[in-house]
Amino acid sequence: MEATLKTDYNAKDHAPIAAARPWFFTRPTAKTGLVSWLTTVDHKKIGVLYGIFSLFFFLVGGFEALLIRIQLAVPNNTFLTHQLYNEMFTMHGTTMIFLAVMPLSAAFFNYIMPLQIGARDVAFPRLNGFAFWVFMAGAIILNVGWFTKAGAPDVGWFGYAPLTSNQFSTHFKGDVSTDLWIMGLQILGVSSVIGALNFIVTIVNMRAPGLTMMRLPVFTWMTLFTAFLIILSFPAITIALIELMMDRSFGTGFFEVSKGGLPILWQHLFWIFGHPEVYILILPAMGIISEILPTFSRKPLFGYPIVVFSGAVIGFLGFGVWSHHMFTTGMGTMATAAFALATMAIAVPTGVKIFNWIGTLWGGQIHTRTPMMFALGFIWMFMMGGFSGVMHSAAPADAQQQDSYFVVAHFHYVLIGGSIFSLLAGVHYYFPLVFGRMVSEFWGKLSFWVIFVGFNVTFFPMHFLGLNGMPRRTAVYDGNMGWNEGNLVASIGAFILGIGIFIYFVVIIRTYFKGQVVKRDPWDARTLEWAVPTVPPPEHNFHVTPTVHARDAFWYEKTHAKEIAAEKAKHAQEEESHGGIHMPNQSWFPIFTACGMLIGALFFAHHNFQGAIVGGVITLIGIICWAFEGPGGYHLHLDKEGNVTRDESQ
Amino acid sequence: MSAHAGPIDHHHDHTTTSGIPNKKLFMWGFLASDCMFFAALISTHVIYRLHPTPDTPDVRKIFSIELTSFSTFILLMSSLLMALAVGACQKGKVEATRKMILGTIFFGIIFLACQVYEFFHFIHLGLTLSSSMFGSTFYTLTGTHGVHVAIGVLWLILMYIRSFKPADAGRAWIARALLQFAAFAFATVSIMIVMLAITHAGAEQGYSLSSALGALHHTALSTTATGVFLVSCAILFVLGRSSWAVDFGEANAVDVEGMGLYWHFVDIVWIIIFTVVYLLEYL
Repeated sequence: MEATLKTDYNAKDHAPIAAARPWFFTRPTAKTGLVSWLTTVDHKKIGVLYGIFSLFFFLVGGFEALLIRIQLAVPNNTFLTHQLYNEMFTMHGTTMIFLAVMPLSAAFFNYIMPLQIGARDVAFPRLNGFAFWVFMAGAIILNVGWFTKAGAPDVGWFGYAPLTSNQFSTHFKGDVSTDLWIMGLQILGVSSVIGALNFIVTIVNMRAPGLTMMRLPVFTWMTLFTAFLIILSFPAITIALIELMMDRSFGTGFFEVSKGGLPILWQHLFWIFGHPEVYILILPAMGIISEILPTFSRKPLFGYPIVVFSGAVIGFLGFGVWSHHMFTTGMGTMATAAFALATMAIAVPTGVKIFNWIGTLWGGQIHTRTPMMFALGFIWMFMMGGFSGVMHSAAPADAQQQDSYFVVAHFHYVLIGGSIFSLLAGVHYYFPLVFGRMVSEFWGKLSFWVIFVGFNVTFFPMHFLGLNGMPRRTAVYDGNMGWNEGNLVASIGAFILGIGIFIYFVVIIRTYFKGQVVKRDPWDARTLEWAVPTVPPPEHNFHVTPTVHARDAFWYEKTHAKEIAAEKAKHAQEEESHGGIHMPNQSWFPIFTACGMLIGALFFAHHNFQGAIVGGVITLIGIICWAFEGPGGYHLHLDKEGNVTRDESQ
Repeated sequence: MSAHAGPIDHHHDHTTTSGIPNKKLFMWGFLASDCMFFAALISTHVIYRLHPTPDTPDVRKIFSIELTSFSTFILLMSSLLMALAVGACQKGKVEATRKMILGTIFFGIIFLACQVYEFFHFIHLGLTLSSSMFGSTFYTLTGTHGVHVAIGVLWLILMYIRSFKPADAGRAWIARALLQFAAFAFATVSIMIVMLAITHAGAEQGYSLSSALGALHHTALSTTATGVFLVSCAILFVLGRSSWAVDFGEANAVDVEGMGLYWHFVDIVWIIIFTVVYLLEYL
């Protein structure tokens, strides 16, 4: 077998280099500048793109939240019209979930996961670029409403029927805000599913030698579970959106009561997607925390197999609890009891994880650097959100809490205190890896404390507002309801939180330009992503594909430096004799195809079907050219000093 | 034919950790996702059949179970041809692969033509997308499946054209590929028009050879379509007789296999749809 392999590689090496190709199949080679970003297939660049745009949309969503809090600061406020208020809470929710937290997780999947498994890129590099550009298309479609007469979508992030039906959005011709919402989410779903399939194949198929599944870093495990949740849950909302689109564009009656439609069907389809979605938001966060805690506790993660297994159980149970969002719809006692029990059961693996993290801290040598502060904040705040979550799982209690500010408090504790804290921790933790510079401890910690205080001042009073009966999604309230103080405090807290986020961003941007330059492995970390030869990592990630001998692979490398160096020298020689490092070619077609989708979807949302067909044809041409252009590729050769030469043989 | 010197093991890829080729694993993942997609659609149909609206038509009077059984059979047989195409490609037999792909395309188009006819016929009988909840769920479900079949046919056509890529990279072939694609497109559309004309004539005058031939020059459209179909087929026949060495063979078996997985999946989904949407109505 070995002999066949060798000839195989040699035959490829000495194959004639392809003759001139037509101009539209010429592969771009720019490594810097605009073209390099538009045509990139490098998982690190794509990760950075995801990071930048998700943080931008995080600020947009945060700005919308501040406007909401200004409106609610005092009773009977007229700061926002009711229509604008509806648009604000709809776009705040949609933006934060689909355009901030999910793509920020995707940024970490893209940048960190291939490094953690010792790969040079993902399995389908062009498809990875495509997923990003499709995400941008979806983000544009969702937000384009702000600049039109129709305004932004105003049906809530859940889009409950019959709020989405035609009769509520035909005040004037061309009121297509709901259609934009449908197309935007549909396109974002395409992006997520394509990205997720790519990550699954990458993790299953592209691990470095010796990296068995039970040696995978926990973040990579959580990427895998999240990817499975995405591919299995998004089809439900795809179908729900298709049916809604049919209702709005072609006169069907899936959710039209007057035509015999059942609005409850929308709720079921939406939450079959929607509940796994909340685990799509939290599992990556749990993965990042599971990387940060061991690094700053100076000991391995406590109970690794249990952490992995409970992640799998959370993902699995996540598909069987959707109806706890619908306890008050009258499903019947049997269904209600079953969903309540399943929901309570999900607290078990989550609690197990909390105990494992505490076990990791226990007896460790804790270094309270900035990422660690956010990580510790995560554990505490996420637990609080978890406790109120268990309170909802009891159906009778939920009947009181449904649609009240108690629920708002709950999910902001798990989404900000959980996901956002962890992602902000991840940004700090990986900043030296991605940009080679480190955020100053003082400013980092200051931003943490302001965010921490602001967050609690905003959302803790909401528990009481909710228990005192304040409903969600109301633009105004009377002064005699006993909600005045709570709302004022929450609004003040929101501005403290805003200041904290502002400090955080200013510090990050300043660090990018002027921060302290660091050498590789500034945190003395444990996992393979820190084993790259330089920070930021070179285009090909590793000079030599690492061989994994233990669970904390990089820690093992550091403690067995001599053997590893000998092994690397041997593997470097082998790799060079096999033709060098193979790298994927850049391509124009991912962004071209995504543009076709953007054009088609925008026309479709405006019920202009000729235009939609034109967009579809552009997409099709993009796909065909993509296929016929072929994966391509080139080779890199390293000399002893680590200098890189490039040859164009595929 | 292929750049590989040694024999190719089609069931194990030594360059991946799991041994499963990347493309195959990707396709399995996609099909898992598509399972959920059709599960949600079929559930919608079943839910509304269990909560029928007052305007639900007498479904048995609308359905033509004989026609749908025939098209189901055709689709099943297309899967057989698809499997033969994969087998031929794994053995490096390019000619046989092409023939089997052409057969699969042909059967796929027959299925689609039956569906187009069925839709026209049902609309004629008054069942439209918005006439009743049954119409909404029926057309959305079977239409989505039809789109899957159409994408499959498109993919097969592209794979067929791809199999003519010359091994000599200097030889121009893109204009030729475009012509081949256009011929397929015209042939598909024109045969649909011809089939519709024939079946309408058959429905009016009784099915016979003379009514079928009469339909071909009944209207200007059907005459043109017949001509276009014949010309397209002639072009395809001529372009299909290449003699140069091609850059297509055993190494592409994984691509053909991925396409086959998709095709079989769409087929299996149809078996479920045929059972749930059609056969259960006759219980």
